Amino acid sequence: METKKTSLYQLHQDCNAKFVEFAGYQMPIQYSEGIVEEHKFTRNHSGIFDVSHMGQLFIYGGDELIRDLEKIFPLDLKNLKLNHSKYSFLMDKDAGIQDDLIITKIDEGFLIILNAACKDNDFKILKELLNEKYKMVLDENRSLIAIQGPKSSQILNDVVDGVKDLNFMSGNWFVFENQKVYITRSGYTGEDGFEISVPNNFADKLTRELIDKGSKLVGLGARDTLRLEAGLCLYGHDLDKNKTPVEANLKWAISKERISKGDFIGSDIIIKQLNDGVTKIRVGIKPEGRIIAREKTKIFNQSDVHIGEITSGTFGPSVNGPVAMGYVENEFSKKNTKVFLEVRGKKYAANICSLPFYKKSYVKGAN
Amino acid sequence: MSEVKYSKEHEWIKLEGDVATIGITKHATEMLGDIVFAELPEKGSNVEKDGTAGVVESTKAASDVYTPVSGEVVDTNQEIVDDPSKINQDPENSAWFFKLKIKDKSEMDSLMNKDDYDKFAKENNT
Repeated sequence: METKKTSLYQLHQDCNAKFVEFAGYQMPIQYSEGIVEEHKFTRNHSGIFDVSHMGQLFIYGGDELIRDLEKIFPLDLKNLKLNHSKYSFLMDKDAGIQDDLIITKIDEGFLIILNAACKDNDFKILKELLNEKYKMVLDENRSLIAIQGPKSSQILNDVVDGVKDLNFMSGNWFVFENQKVYITRSGYTGEDGFEISVPNNFADKLTRELIDKGSKLVGLGARDTLRLEAGLCLYGHDLDKNKTPVEANLKWAISKERISKGDFIGSDIIIKQLNDGVTKIRVGIKPEGRIIAREKTKIFNQSDVHIGEITSGTFGPSVNGPVAMGYVENEFSKKNTKVFLEVRGKKYAANICSLPFYKKSYVKGAN
Repeated sequence: MSEVKYSKEHEWIKLEGDVATIGITKHATEMLGDIVFAELPEKGSNVEKDGTAGVVESTKAASDVYTPVSGEVVDTNQEIVDDPSKINQDPENSAWFFKLKIKDKSEMDSLMNKDDYDKFAKENNT
């Protein structure tokens, strides 16, 4: 199958992107300044990310759709206000995570942002679960552009008036060049920022205007270091079908009201794990030296017993040191527990730590 | 002035007397991206031609550093361990990796000169 290109492909080329294939798309891993500079520029100013490979699923329906989606997602959707967003997951009957996602209530139904590698499968699963009762569109005609970092609010507001009044985890329709764009205040970097759903034909123009106002394109390489410093999970690495939201330490994202009723896919397992505890759990891990422990690195306790594995590990440019997360046996998950990481045959000391590695500076908004 | 030679693994080597200074090439740093970690051989240890003699890691991945000649490690550059970004800044000069007291100067013969290496690097741009 030929790899797909996003609407910003030409712009990426113009900015000297290095490309990689990711989930069937030609995506920029970095530009000429490199991952560390792009990372720091996002933290200090404003970075633009082409995330058009991600799925934008529109599901249209009313109260019946809300009831049906509550059988799937562990969310209190009937009380989700118009234009408000929630983080959630698509689980199988064993509560294994098939994808993690952001769901937003829009006028005519819901908009769900899905991971690129999962979106086609998610679409199939959801269509089946909803018995093809509702109109569902995995919209290929819209691009998704994220702008992240402390200067992003002002920069985007200069291009699309009014966005700076959005609250965190909420969105609305705005107008750019007479086109309807849906913008949410959200992101994946630990910084204040926005995600913009824009018709493909206008994605290039919008992005060039943001660059003219002082933002810069940032590749998937820095997106990964930014999200890991922010303690955020990457599907296929930190999350997969063999892990539940409770094991992933994401129980905050499960509605308490829904747990009490327990009528969603995977709820039996979730309730059992919440009551009885789990055997493995996701934690932050900080190596003591400069050694970088990457995905699949084995974790040992002080008695040299294998207790877990790293699922993401890199160098954090803002932390100025290595950062990682992974799963360990529950009894070793307490903060400051000393563990050892096996890298190239040698064991290196590390400590279990709380997440995030880099403190968030999300803006609540104007209200 | 001694001539600088180059290996297919993208190391450079400069011989002065029987002491060789070794580092990685600018081309290697461009392929690796931002280097954030460096590990060097121990002083006093012996390394064998084409064997592993260190590691560099970029934000993306880890790569072995090989030695193009055999010898005893007589010095290592702690500055690049403390601040690996120096490798990107000045790879073929102040950001050298280690110095070897070499055993067999003829091991240098199979290495490339600058023109040959530049050609090689252009053809192997991956």
